[in-house]
Amino acid sequence: MTAVTTTAPSGTRRRTPVATGQLAGTWPLLRLALRRDRIMLPIWVLALGGTFSSVGSSIAALYDTSAQRAELAASMNGNSSLRAMYGPVFDDSVGGLVSWRMAAFGAVLAAVMSLIVVIRHTREEEETGRQEMLSSAMVGRRAPLTAALLTAVIANAALALVIAAGLAGSGAGGAGAVALALAVAGTGVLFACTAAIAAQFTESARLAKGLTAAVIGAAFVLKAAGDSAADDGSSVMTWLSPIGWAENVRAYADERWWVLLVLAAAVAVQAVLAYTLAGRRDVGMSFLATRPGPAQGRITTAFGLSLRLQRGALTGWTLSFAVVGVAFGGLTGGAADLVGDNEKTREIFERMGGQAGLTDAFLATMVSVLGMVAALYIVASVLRLHGEETAGRAEPVLAGGVGRIGWAAGHLVVAFGGAALLMAAGGLGLAVGYGHELPAVLGASLVQLPAIWLLGGVTVLLYGAFPKAAVAAWGIAGICLALGWLGPAVDMPQAVMDVSPFTHLPKLPGGTGMEWGPVLILTAVAAVVVGAGVGALRRRDVLT
Amino acid sequence: MTKAITVAGLHKSFGRTHALDGLDLTVETGEVHGFLGPNGSGKSTAIRVLLGLLRADSGAAQLLGRDPWHDAVELHRKVAYVPGDVTLWRNLSGGEVIDLYGSLRGGLDRTRRADLVDRFELDPTKKGRTYSKGNRQKVALVAAFASDVDLLILDEPTSGLDPLMEGVFQECVAEERARGRTVLLSSHILSEVETLCDRVSIIRQGRTVETGSLADMRHLTRTNIRAELAGAPDGLAGLPGVHDLDVQGLRVTLQVDTDKLDAVLKALTASGVRTLTSTPPTLEELFLRHYAPDAAETADASGGGEGVGVAAR
Repeated sequence: MTAVTTTAPSGTRRRTPVATGQLAGTWPLLRLALRRDRIMLPIWVLALGGTFSSVGSSIAALYDTSAQRAELAASMNGNSSLRAMYGPVFDDSVGGLVSWRMAAFGAVLAAVMSLIVVIRHTREEEETGRQEMLSSAMVGRRAPLTAALLTAVIANAALALVIAAGLAGSGAGGAGAVALALAVAGTGVLFACTAAIAAQFTESARLAKGLTAAVIGAAFVLKAAGDSAADDGSSVMTWLSPIGWAENVRAYADERWWVLLVLAAAVAVQAVLAYTLAGRRDVGMSFLATRPGPAQGRITTAFGLSLRLQRGALTGWTLSFAVVGVAFGGLTGGAADLVGDNEKTREIFERMGGQAGLTDAFLATMVSVLGMVAALYIVASVLRLHGEETAGRAEPVLAGGVGRIGWAAGHLVVAFGGAALLMAAGGLGLAVGYGHELPAVLGASLVQLPAIWLLGGVTVLLYGAFPKAAVAAWGIAGICLALGWLGPAVDMPQAVMDVSPFTHLPKLPGGTGMEWGPVLILTAVAAVVVGAGVGALRRRDVLT
Repeated sequence: MTKAITVAGLHKSFGRTHALDGLDLTVETGEVHGFLGPNGSGKSTAIRVLLGLLRADSGAAQLLGRDPWHDAVELHRKVAYVPGDVTLWRNLSGGEVIDLYGSLRGGLDRTRRADLVDRFELDPTKKGRTYSKGNRQKVALVAAFASDVDLLILDEPTSGLDPLMEGVFQECVAEERARGRTVLLSSHILSEVETLCDRVSIIRQGRTVETGSLADMRHLTRTNIRAELAGAPDGLAGLPGVHDLDVQGLRVTLQVDTDKLDAVLKALTASGVRTLTSTPPTLEELFLRHYAPDAAETADASGGGEGVGVAAR
């Protein structure tokens, strides 16, 4: 008996190092990750979390009687196109409306934050070769993934705290606030695990991010289609989408806590898969082997190079825009099916970007959403210049017979022309899905370009003049996106709305028709800003 | 002979760091010029200024008779550059990168390209990510040597190459010189510098501390003397240029500035020499003296010829 009790602990002790060996070094890696993200993560958490409480306050001020809120809820739920975009309203309390407006939107952004964090600390570390040196130290095979996922969990937990505390502060506290916060953060963690799996399959961090973003986008489209089909979130399509789960937690409307268990189960399944893959993989390698390329090259110019470097991303974006366009075009037909107070819906919809005619208003809103997402493309594409420069790949090219302007122009043509391609693909998709009004919808889609180009131009200027602050362009694009998505619903002051170039565009199709003035002015300003940015790039030192 | 590169009093600061602090450099057309200095001494900064990637704060720089900042693009058609740490695009093959750089310069000699790929044993179909460090360097070297240019600027180009490939590299540089091209070679591999370079410039803390042919430089350094004498040595300590003197009875070891060798030998023969070994300074010693933190002082002392006695080791 005593013999057994004395050997058992030593047996456990012997086993423990084997069990923790794979995770050795997680703690220092986690601290490294948190230290590296000490600026980025607090900005994400506070900006996204703070949005919830400010939307709460705005809705409380804007719809201060329960009758108004009931009217809003009824008209929203009665319209399948509106449900597709924002989801059904489950409860007409202030909290219920915050949840309606923010559950899916917040879940998508939490997912994006998580994917950035996870890829940054897994595949990006391997791609740059930094992981190799870390792994040569006392770092277990699964420690980097664990540290990355823990970082994402910590970020999402902080986000949940900020959301719940903020909602309580704005008078929409209670179980609903906790449920909404957990649903949003849970979706974030879920997509952190998706990113962890994607990181095992690709050698390129960019591709891993793209794949995860595509899954997030698909989940949003599924949820939209499901909500269009049913007004209570019961459609199979909604249940197939993790973003639909966040919605189906039904915060503030008899919370269904068990849906959070579905989220948790999905997290566990994905985490097991990611861990299994990570433990069997060579550091720096992926499961998809790299194929050999041509022995002779056909790329002869800087433009050819930029096209070659960006063609994969541009193809992915264009296809996504076409698919999303067709999907939402197909959901447009329901815009005119109205139950309840017609006028109230129209008024809300007008605020959201439409002018008159609900179908046109819906199409105009869709076109404007596509435009704001295309702004993310143009920022990413322009920042390829920054990436090439900081990675040291620009230097030898510029040491060849290529001027700064020629080099930058190659990437800028892909960025600015690519944005036009995206909007054309999105517009065509919408028109095809809707089945009518092709010229009007395509035209409306292209009218978004000046605003997109202006944001691209601001990115060029930041990169050219203040290269160390170039990534701030993401923040600017993010602010414009948030203003466009939430601003009209919460009655944001016009002066604030005017910050976004999208505010100044004519509302098309329908509305008061085409206005050339703002379109031409925005285009001209974009051209000037691009010129200034390129001029600054030509005068400054190449980053080393 | 025209100058391929002339640099005078070049200054470049990054914030509070003075990367270049009055650099001078002259490279004659058709020569292989060694560019040496300890880590962080400003070699790469100087090269980036010469490539028009950085703009000098003050001072004059000319590349092939033109301004490297204003005429960057024109100049770059005649210049091939190999960085010390080549980064490639992960999804482009080595062959594609070689041809791209060829097009971005004055053009590519197809026969020479094929020959170089062969000699460097490079597989041009592999993608950027799958190359080892040495193979990434080879991609850049093949692109540079196959390009139709007048000037090659090589910044520690052989880091990561195996000794066999190092040999191929040295052959290639010799061929470039035979064709009348100019090479600026920054390197830490002293045997490489010794074999290849006609002249050498050594920089420290952003300033040129020594320039000239290797023979000239050797002349300025010390020779090691070890002798066994017939009688007690006399007056050695008082001679100019003598360092590290150690007398053990009749055995003498000392170092002497090479240009002061004559007087020391006379003093030794006066005492009667039984055995004598004299070793010229190795290149390593030569550079270590310039690289070491107190190099400036000892260089002054030996240059002035007044330093007598035991120098700090």
